[in-house]
Amino acid sequence: MRERVSAWGVGGTVPRIAAAALVVFSILYVLVIAKPPGEFGGGDWRTTNFGSAADDPNAFIATILDGLTFAGLLFIVASGFSLIFGLMRVVNMAHGAFYLLGGYVAYEVQQRMTGSGFGLQSGEVNTLEWVVPWLIAMVCIGVFGLGVQQLLLRWNQGQDLRQALITIAVSVIVADQVIAHFPRTVPAGTQRFGGNAVSLSWPGWTNQFVDLHVAGVSYSLARLVMLGLGVGVGIALWLWLHRTKTGLVIRAGVDDRQMTSAIGINIQTTFAIAFLVGSALAAFGAVVGGSQASIAQGRDGEWLLFSLVVVIIGGMGSLAGAAVGSVLYGLVFSFAVAYLPTTGNECCTQYSVVLTFILMALVLAFRPQGLFGRVG
Amino acid sequence: MTHDTAKVVTERAIGVGALVLAVLAPLLVSDFWLNSILTQGLILGIGAASLIFLSAYGGMISLAQTGLMGIAGYALANMVTQRVPGGETKGLLLGWDPTLSLVAAILLTVGIGLVFGAVASRSFGIYFLMLTLTYTVIAFLFVGSVTLIGGFSPVAGVDAYTPGFIGDIVNDRDRLYFISLIVAAFVYVLIRYLTRTPFGISLQGIRDEPVRMASLGYNVAVHRTLAFGIGAFVAALGGVLYAWWFGQLSPTIMGLDATIQLLVIAVIGGLRRIEGAWLGAIAFLVINNEITNRIPSSGLPVIGGTFNTVIGVIFLVIVIVSPDGLMGLWDRAWSLAKRGGPPRETPGAQPAAEASSS
Repeated sequence: MRERVSAWGVGGTVPRIAAAALVVFSILYVLVIAKPPGEFGGGDWRTTNFGSAADDPNAFIATILDGLTFAGLLFIVASGFSLIFGLMRVVNMAHGAFYLLGGYVAYEVQQRMTGSGFGLQSGEVNTLEWVVPWLIAMVCIGVFGLGVQQLLLRWNQGQDLRQALITIAVSVIVADQVIAHFPRTVPAGTQRFGGNAVSLSWPGWTNQFVDLHVAGVSYSLARLVMLGLGVGVGIALWLWLHRTKTGLVIRAGVDDRQMTSAIGINIQTTFAIAFLVGSALAAFGAVVGGSQASIAQGRDGEWLLFSLVVVIIGGMGSLAGAAVGSVLYGLVFSFAVAYLPTTGNECCTQYSVVLTFILMALVLAFRPQGLFGRVG
Repeated sequence: MTHDTAKVVTERAIGVGALVLAVLAPLLVSDFWLNSILTQGLILGIGAASLIFLSAYGGMISLAQTGLMGIAGYALANMVTQRVPGGETKGLLLGWDPTLSLVAAILLTVGIGLVFGAVASRSFGIYFLMLTLTYTVIAFLFVGSVTLIGGFSPVAGVDAYTPGFIGDIVNDRDRLYFISLIVAAFVYVLIRYLTRTPFGISLQGIRDEPVRMASLGYNVAVHRTLAFGIGAFVAALGGVLYAWWFGQLSPTIMGLDATIQLLVIAVIGGLRRIEGAWLGAIAFLVINNEITNRIPSSGLPVIGGTFNTVIGVIFLVIVIVSPDGLMGLWDRAWSLAKRGGPPRETPGAQPAAEASSS
């Protein structure tokens, strides 16, 4: 739908110029305007933690890497969300709850495998003890998601709002049940109150810093692995969608569901596969995210937000959109924390969440369907 | 609605009866019921009414209403609480005049609502639903992380500073009940009135046929933005009342649970008719009250979990059995009784869904 917009309306000339000016200013601010805090604290609107990129290239590169590695994780989770939407027009509001369940399942498996209790050090975990929980969690959540789809979403296709409400109901039930039953293993001397924060452990070999030979930056290998896994998922999904028969059918289904089934393709099987893979990707992300940070009550809502923001920016159902959305959001996220001014007491890095909104508003002002979304 | 006069007469009779009962309620029910079920129900109903207004007449299911209620509450709390020794220490503690604060909080919320609405004005269907959900989550994270205006622990003592015409609501809960009743009635009349104005008619046109309305020369984005602003106004009224009722504000009032709760209320009541907002709110709170009292502290028997599991299942059943909620069941029962057949398909049954999937 193309409508005439006034110069001052959303998408009009004035907001566009303002948006462009804001983007240019932000980039200049990070590159040259910002300055490091003085010796005695205090400062003005130019004062940031590290100063500008010119002042501290090391911190600048580390911030970019923080953003990119976080984007890897974002992509793993959001690509599953986007895959399900693209093919089936189902907004899986339970994606965050699947993430939570997947994380706890993997945690329990890892605890059983290592048997060394809660105070697990990363160095004590070998690759197998990370890969097996990862695989089991993916299979469990994939099958669980498939069950939800077959039971609750198969018979009401096309009623997308009703399906969104159904998945919201599922997310409420699943999140509540997960918190009631997980974690089963808690540190000695701690009370299990449900939804305790727990962490998975990366394999021991990732617990080191690697010298990147750029401006003397050495960076966490675990975070680089996270980025690598994100890129790996991206490549695997691309190959699957563009080089296999199933992928061909899925892409056809994304374009025109009715015509695809009309030429004799069993689209229901394809839907089932897509839901299985999409749900499994939530668990994949949970294992990575749980290894890097933690799994706890409330992570479900957080990751639902992340997935939503990524696909709203990138455009629903587009793999490239999910990738670009992840990178943009990851960078904004890491730069907000590192480069918002730090004048006065507790200002202004705690306002970083506002930038999430500004990023979405900027993208939607130009493209209401997201960067790679198609109209209609 | 004129084609079904017997039904309209019945509904009016029930409405008047409910209003009479509502006015007499302080004499009829216990203090606990009046405060926890009826007053809270009226207030949450106002919030749900803003959601149903946008859904029924604008084709926009907005999950931002909880966030807007919270924004209004937080704005009021920060403006109105005073810096007194031994008093509240959280928030800005501006200590403004209560009447001024009330007006400013509502205006601020409407302003933010207009910005939210403008950004979302070109998104439809589930895209709109997702976008508005992010608004609420962002508002939740904002008040939680910005310690200047609150942070994760609550801002308390809001109910002690009410304008003169509101009076003492801390000790006189009947008063708060009647104020909520008046505001709820005002919101109901306002929405019923708006839907009959040229603006309301064109909004419903946009709900059903956005492309056609645009080609007829209506500015779709502006209409939807304004509707969102009106929704924000109604939500702000609810938010302010909620702040007075609860007395303190913590970010959880606009958390994901609260957002889903308001959606559940609206869906139980029915997303197509304003009356459903209060019906859904009272039904939700009664169920909540009955079940929470019966759940042992160790969780639900056999499966474990809390009230959330129960309400999740109820929500699921309602969405599967009757997507239009209790009001939808009423409409269906009426047409079954009248014509001995299934209800007629109303045009624009799933307007937003069509808009997004076309």
